[in-house]
Amino acid sequence: MIPLWMYLAVAAALFSIGVFGVLARRNAVAILMAIELMLNAVNINLVAFWRYSETNTDLLLNGYVFTAFILIVAAAEAAVGLAIIISVYRNRRSVIPEDAHTLKG
Amino acid sequence: MLELNAISIGFFIFTIFTLGGAIGVVTTRNLFQGTVWLMVSLFGIAGYMLLLSAPFLAAVQILVYIGAIAILITFAVMLTRSVTRVDERYIRTIPSLIGSLVLFLILIAGVTIPVFGGHEGAPVVVKTTHDFGLALVDGNGYVVPFMLASLLLTAAMIGAIFIARDEET
Repeated sequence: MIPLWMYLAVAAALFSIGVFGVLARRNAVAILMAIELMLNAVNINLVAFWRYSETNTDLLLNGYVFTAFILIVAAAEAAVGLAIIISVYRNRRSVIPEDAHTLKG
Repeated sequence: MLELNAISIGFFIFTIFTLGGAIGVVTTRNLFQGTVWLMVSLFGIAGYMLLLSAPFLAAVQILVYIGAIAILITFAVMLTRSVTRVDERYIRTIPSLIGSLVLFLILIAGVTIPVFGGHEGAPVVVKTTHDFGLALVDGNGYVVPFMLASLLLTAAMIGAIFIARDEET
């Protein structure tokens, strides 16, 4: 059986790649894709901890349910985020987050 | 340490899919290729869920992420296409690279050095999709979060339609 730390190491690498994408990419759609990568790294962690946790019958579905709810929230986040990006694009003709600075003061 | 069997070979292949796809997502110049790389990465993650004996989550991962979110991102790339070809891909490249590398090293040290004890057991009893479905509608289980999630999803979809609607028509 694969030891737990290998799953966690893969999830850590995936999360770091996602952090780099969020910090460094200019295009807002690319930033959203990197956020999806980070959410998926968290999902791997949750499922791995669920699978490798001790037999505790009351709590045995927590990781599973958490992952399902993260999927739901990710779907909602992608829909709203892309709608905001399209709305900003329609008003500003730009998909670069630095160009949307009306509230900057 | 790791015997060579189907599970470890599958883990290796899914690792290549996941991390290779992720690197493709953050480095590609063409965002269309980026969505394809994202699909590759999400497919690898679905494989992990299969290895972790959560086949329902693997199916949901493929249906929701590859089937819905990646397609939605493709639509967004197409709708914002004319200015998608930005000259430079990156801003703040060097600080971001250093920051993510430091984060990666901290996380790797955290998961490989067993600070909180290296417990390596897996539960004998693994809950199935049937148990998951029962727990979602159980009054002592997760029925309230389940309903809240449904409400959140409905509100987010209505909000997304409202935000993206064209005001002129």
